[in-house]
Formats: sequence, C-alpha cells, structure tokens
Amino acid sequence: MGSKTPLYDKHAEAGARIVDFGGWDMPLHYGSQKEEHHAVRKRAGMFDVSHMTIVDLRGERVRDFLRNLLANDVAKLQVHGKALYTCMLNEQGGVIDDLIVYFLGETWFRMIVNAATRDKDLAWIRKHAKGYDVEADERAELAMIAVQGPEARELAATCIDAQWREQALALKLFTGMEAGDLFVARTGYTGEDGWEIVMPAEKAPAVWDQLLAAGVAPCGLGARDTLRLEAAMNLYGSDMDESVLPLEAGLSWTIAWDPDDRDFIGRGPLEALRADSTKQRFVGLLLEDKGVLRNHQRVVVEGVGEGEITSGGFSPTIGRSIALARVPAGDYESAQVDVRGKLLNARIVKTPFVRNGQIRIDI
Amino acid sequence: MSELPGDLLYTSEHEWLRRENDGSVTVGVTDHAQSALGDLVYVELPEVGQDVDSGGDMAVVESVKAASDVYAPIDGSIVAVNEELADDPEKINADPYGDGWIVRIQPNESIDESALMTPDTYQELLDQEDA
Repeated sequence: MGSKTPLYDKHAEAGARIVDFGGWDMPLHYGSQKEEHHAVRKRAGMFDVSHMTIVDLRGERVRDFLRNLLANDVAKLQVHGKALYTCMLNEQGGVIDDLIVYFLGETWFRMIVNAATRDKDLAWIRKHAKGYDVEADERAELAMIAVQGPEARELAATCIDAQWREQALALKLFTGMEAGDLFVARTGYTGEDGWEIVMPAEKAPAVWDQLLAAGVAPCGLGARDTLRLEAAMNLYGSDMDESVLPLEAGLSWTIAWDPDDRDFIGRGPLEALRADSTKQRFVGLLLEDKGVLRNHQRVVVEGVGEGEITSGGFSPTIGRSIALARVPAGDYESAQVDVRGKLLNARIVKTPFVRNGQIRIDI
Repeated sequence: MSELPGDLLYTSEHEWLRRENDGSVTVGVTDHAQSALGDLVYVELPEVGQDVDSGGDMAVVESVKAASDVYAPIDGSIVAVNEELADDPEKINADPYGDGWIVRIQPNESIDESALMTPDTYQELLDQEDA
C-alpha cells in the first residue's frame, strides 16, 4: 500500500484503476485512457498531481542560492508569480530533477519537484541551502489539481473566489498568483492551456467535485503520459536522469549560459559538452510502419550508429506511434527501430508532435 | 466484475478458446485481460498457415500502456486471423469474446482439456488475483 493523496477516495469512487507511482497509489485511468486524452485536447480534463512535492524556499539570499542551484537563471523572474522551468544538476552536469520554480517575493520562491525524486531532491537542496541561510520547507499539507484543455480555465474559474476570478483568468502563460488560500498558475504538462491549482489538502475533494460538476473529465496518469509525449515534454527517469546532461535530452533551451560568470552547479561539464559536435541528438520519431514504439527500444541509423528510445508510445491524437529518442550525432532524417527483432521505419520530426489541439508535424 | 461465458475454455495467461463445429478452435483474450491492458492500439497477428506450439508466442496485443504477448493455448496451425483488428484493435476492448477474436487454430491432435481451465477454475484464478 502506497501513500494516498487527499483525492484517493474520489478516484476510488470514480472506479479508477489504481497503480503504484513512486510510492503513491495513483489513478492510471478511469475507464478509457484514450477518451481522457481526447477530453484534454478537445475540452478539459483534470489530474490529481498532489503526489508532487512542493518546497517553499525562504531567506534573504534565496535568489542567490537558486542562481547557484539551478541551471536556468532565476534572475529572469522579476514579476510576482512568474514561473521558470529548469533542471537541477549534480557536479557532473547530470540531471538530479527537472522542476518549476515560482517567484513569490524577494525572500520567497516556490519549487515543485517530482514525487519519485523527493528524498534526494530535498537532501540536495538542503545541503546547498545551508551556505545561504535559506530554509527549505516541504508543503506536504498542500494538494494540487492540474486542469488542462482549451476550456479548462473557463470551466475551472468557478473554483476561484469571485474577487480573484478576473485576475486569475488574466494570468499570462507561466505565471501564478495567490487567490485566497489557493495558488493558481497557468502551467501544465499536456501541451494545452490550463491551470495548476495548489490548495490546502482538506479543500481538494470539494474542488474536485466542483470541477466534475462543471464538466471537467477526471484523467489518470496514463493520459498524462500520452499528452506530455505528444507535447514532447520530457519525463524525468525516462528521458533524462543523473547520467544524462540536459544537452543530451533536448533541454539546451533551459540552460541560461548568460551571464557567463554565473557559477551554477554542473556548469563546467556542460560547457565542455556544449562545444562538442559529436554529442548525441535528442529527436522526435514518427513510426512510418505499423506497430508501437516503446521505451528502451534500439534505434538504428544505417552507416551512422545506434541510439535508444527514451519515451515511446501511441499518440491518440495522431493515430500513430511516436517517440523521443537519443541518437548519434549526424545529419540524417530517418532511422529504424528494433521492435521485437524487426526493424521498423521511422522518420525524424521536429517536436512538439501536438500543441494546443493541433498536430504540428507532417503525417 | 468480468463476465465469463460458460461455453469457453480458458488459460492461466488469460486467453479463451471456443471449439468450433469444424474441429478448429477460436482464440482470444478474456475480458479481464483487455480491461487490464487498457485501450488497444495495435495487434500483431501471425500468418495463416503458421504452426504454433502450446505456450509459444502467437500474437502481440499493444495497448496505450504496454505490449503483451498472446500465447498459443494448443499445438496446431493457424487457419484464420481476425484481419479487422488491423484497423480496429479496439474490437478486443469492446467485444473480447465475439468480434474481438484473434485467431483460429486447427489443432494437431485432440485437445487435452485437463491442461486448460473451465470457467469455474478460471474464475477462481481471477478471484485469487484480486485478493
């Protein structure tokens, strides 16, 4: 038996198939993963993401601390509530975790990190926070619901107190705000518009019911995975881990190289690889043959070398199989994938595969 | 709870078998299996004429979640495959004991029913898995 979120009983009531996810009993789906996927692309779905770890960082020097701890630069965060996606690296440049950090005040930043990496993340953060007199406070008493889809914000607005509603609906992308005892941010992990709403645990079941009544479809981790794969958003543990540098996982865009004297953890090894033209590519694949691409399948590029699928699956929106893969350096546009001993043909495509309900690749 | 048709035989790998009048055997996966797999997106079928050995891989069903082997429940040769699954693998989700059948096998010899499960023994297996 794993840990249960404050919404566990809601999932059980709705007939969810429950699976273990990083020590948590979480809903995989509530009947049909594909229908949940389509609900998010076409209308609105909600995910219980209360298993994720919320850490509040407070201290006079918290900004300096985070400029050292994180590969992206929190100096970019100047507007209250603004969020930044970043990796937290080890000394070798490997990815300890990927996370979102919010600017809530000169002495208060909030980080949301993965559930499965909670222990090592907290240990790493606290180890480095000491030197800056920064306190890292895990907010385990908070729950979180992600409401995603083209109609998500409109349908979820009823959960926000009237006095905050207009301001919440006006939030810019990747920005959050406090709305009474809720924290609402225009972020997500699906490639659709929407909110992630943080709230006191005891309030979560009522908010869930309110969203349900508004017509928002409950969605499980299964749909969350196919949605994020279509949006080409990396999954920690699959697409990158401590043995992978962000530059090998399509995450170069999250590294703030400037100013070049900012000394963040892992910078040295990253600089070395940055100039290396033989570094591996991280690409999107569209399967041309019938079948389904899966994690860890071998990718073969004739005359060049071999790589590996880091996230593969079936795309409900496209109706074909897609994948993210780490492949050898070189200039080529197609590859083959070893699926149970057969080499199937795949095309290298520019990601994302799908964004805001639209297929973004040629099929 | 999955419904179990009483006129079928079952395997511990969650396949069902129906003995047809012409001596052949139709095989599919059970309602329990399709439910555990989730929405099916692809089925890899064997060739007609291919020989299969009891317990050997015969087909692959892939759901949004994972790929799963379908094993031959008896020795024999494939006499028909459900071609409609190529375009509509979700037939297995919708009607696992009917339109979602996977292959028909002509057995090599008389079927040893003691190696297969009756609806009652298969139900006991499901009850154990749930427990």
